[in-house]
Amino acid sequence: MIATDLIGIESLERGDIELILETAERMQELGERQVKKVPTLRGRTIVNLFFEPSTRTRTSFEIAGKRLSADVINFSTSSSSLSKRESILDTARTLDAMQPDAVVVRHDVAGVPKRIADVLAAPVINAGDGAHEHPTQALLDLLTVKQEKGRIDGLTVTIVGDIVHSRVARSNIYGFLKMGAEVRVAGPPTMLPPAVETLGVKAFTSMREALEGADVVMALRIQLEREAGALFPSIREYAETFGLSRASLRFAKDDAIVMHPGPVNRGVELSHDLADHRPSVILDQVRNGVALRMAVLYLLAGRERAAEEEEAR
Amino acid sequence: MSRILIRGGRVLDPGCGRDERCDVLLEDGVIVAVDAAIETRGAEVIDAEGCWVAPGFVDLHTHLREPGQEYKEDIASGGRAAVAGGFTSVACMANTQPVNDDPAVTDFILDRARRDSPARVYPVAAATKGLKGEVMTEMSALVDAGAVAFSDDGKTIMDSGVMRRVLEYSTLVQRPVMTHAEDRTLVAEGVVNEGPVSTRLGLPGNPAMAETVHVTRDIMLAEHTGAHLHVAHVSTAGAVQQIREARARGVHVTAEVTPHHLALTDEATAGYDTNTKMAPPLRGSEDVAACRAALADGTIDAIATDHAPHALHEKEVEFTVAPPGILGFETALPVVLDLVRKDELTPLELVSRLSTQPARILKVPAGTLAVGAPADVVVIEPDHEWVYDPAKGHSKSRNSPWDGARMTGRVLATVVAGKLVFHADRGVLAP
Repeated sequence: MIATDLIGIESLERGDIELILETAERMQELGERQVKKVPTLRGRTIVNLFFEPSTRTRTSFEIAGKRLSADVINFSTSSSSLSKRESILDTARTLDAMQPDAVVVRHDVAGVPKRIADVLAAPVINAGDGAHEHPTQALLDLLTVKQEKGRIDGLTVTIVGDIVHSRVARSNIYGFLKMGAEVRVAGPPTMLPPAVETLGVKAFTSMREALEGADVVMALRIQLEREAGALFPSIREYAETFGLSRASLRFAKDDAIVMHPGPVNRGVELSHDLADHRPSVILDQVRNGVALRMAVLYLLAGRERAAEEEEAR
Repeated sequence: MSRILIRGGRVLDPGCGRDERCDVLLEDGVIVAVDAAIETRGAEVIDAEGCWVAPGFVDLHTHLREPGQEYKEDIASGGRAAVAGGFTSVACMANTQPVNDDPAVTDFILDRARRDSPARVYPVAAATKGLKGEVMTEMSALVDAGAVAFSDDGKTIMDSGVMRRVLEYSTLVQRPVMTHAEDRTLVAEGVVNEGPVSTRLGLPGNPAMAETVHVTRDIMLAEHTGAHLHVAHVSTAGAVQQIREARARGVHVTAEVTPHHLALTDEATAGYDTNTKMAPPLRGSEDVAACRAALADGTIDAIATDHAPHALHEKEVEFTVAPPGILGFETALPVVLDLVRKDELTPLELVSRLSTQPARILKVPAGTLAVGAPADVVVIEPDHEWVYDPAKGHSKSRNSPWDGARMTGRVLATVVAGKLVFHADRGVLAP
């Protein structure tokens, strides 16, 4: 399946995605048990190398690793080579010398997991890099939609918000397109990436048109501190124009579901009542995140073990 | 009395339009004869059979890092790398530490160059003190000390009023003002060309219009003041168009383009290699095509390397924080020979862009093989195939996107002031 690393969805084949989703569904069953632990990755070391503060994603990876009996080490560090006076590649080489079995990397600059993977022997899993990709988020979103809708092929998925700065958007665009869905993006013109149509999506600045006939509506988190005043005039105007509420959702299909990668700015990109109740499936996304990350860790860090055992025999 | 005979090469002299098989005789630092079948008369002979013989290259735009950042490069190592790449004269930018905004720094650079560098070095002084874009430098004193042009280079002068005064005042000393034309407010955080590639990579985009807008402003200021504006490292079709129109209406504007902006597109950044981070960034294929066409039709006068050494550890960082720029001297010739192989330039035109035109812009005695001219000569093997390894190069740094690339064409020998300073088989020979 997928090469040695999981850097992005862009480089995956449809078959890779299907294998990950199927594996995740097997892992889900484990979460229902009283004892949620299996010995699959016993004796394996997984390092969560987080250059950017993260509670949700790091915790999700940590739980996933622990349920597979791996030793999970959290290595959080300041985000910039400059303030640390240690280059990214030096950090990677140092880590490599400690012989981890998998390294989960998050960084606020695009490309860092790729550069680290280039020097690291262990598999690297991208847990989000700048505005580039967040592959496990997209995979858990695909899993959630697959289970909600019974399929992904032929669905219409609309992603709303700050597309230009969103790694979640990019990974989901690649993922849903590869699985046969139609993908639309919507937001103010200042938040749509240049030449976004080259990614294979249709871009809209009208919510009504963007949501028309959508099966899945995904709202993205607005970075309030950075963007208000620079990319849109005010939070109020954004919420009025692009905020998702029951009123705006009526343009979508009757059975449309609402997703959000979290954490939600309530009352900005998503209204309170939508955030908490169906058709939003936000907590299902979080739940599926653990199973999905177990699947990825198993397929990447566990595969080597299978090969070794083969060799030992 | 030193005497070198370069025998049997194809002599390319854009100064007089010569393109024929000839011998070239150098004596006591000057060219004394260019003719068919010159007698050896005890001269050291360089066999140029199958080679091109051209006036030494002149680089309008380099960073030699001394004083202040000798861990990246110094005048000695930069000079060695220059002659290994066929450059006999190089202009060095003012962003040293301290900044070359004072005749004492200009003196220091020239002093070091005389002692350490096999290539001739021509300092470009800062246009404003401390490269701050506020107070203009003492241009007369700097020219007296040996500065050949003025530029704040990467610290683009954003204040239009200051730029106007700098251009106006430069007419007093009759020297070009070189502009790194990027509107910094449009560049913002941009690190790669804005377009499909920046969107795919998720890196902040630097739009082509940042250059076009700024070139347009500077051209208008040059037109108003009558100054000589030189546009550094043109990278966009929009800027090319502005320069073409300005020249047509008689504005004194010249321009350069780098080998990397002629050869690479933003697609080279796909692997996040920080050795593909430049300022301005690598552009899309239409911009590259426009720059190549402009170099061919003369809208862009010259090729300049923007040789910008950075230490390995400085480039092993996040793409957004890595310093922009790459080595230029030792890869320039093979990279731009591609334009000759694709029939976009004749060999004579290529030599003119590398030597004659930049010498004219800087008003330095170079760029010609005329009898009586300084004996700065390069011998080129246009078809020689080799693999570039920056670790084996002469620069102190290794930052090149062509690390490990197969190259066609190399410098066989470089002569400065009648002295053989580089030979491909023997390395750098002097000082």
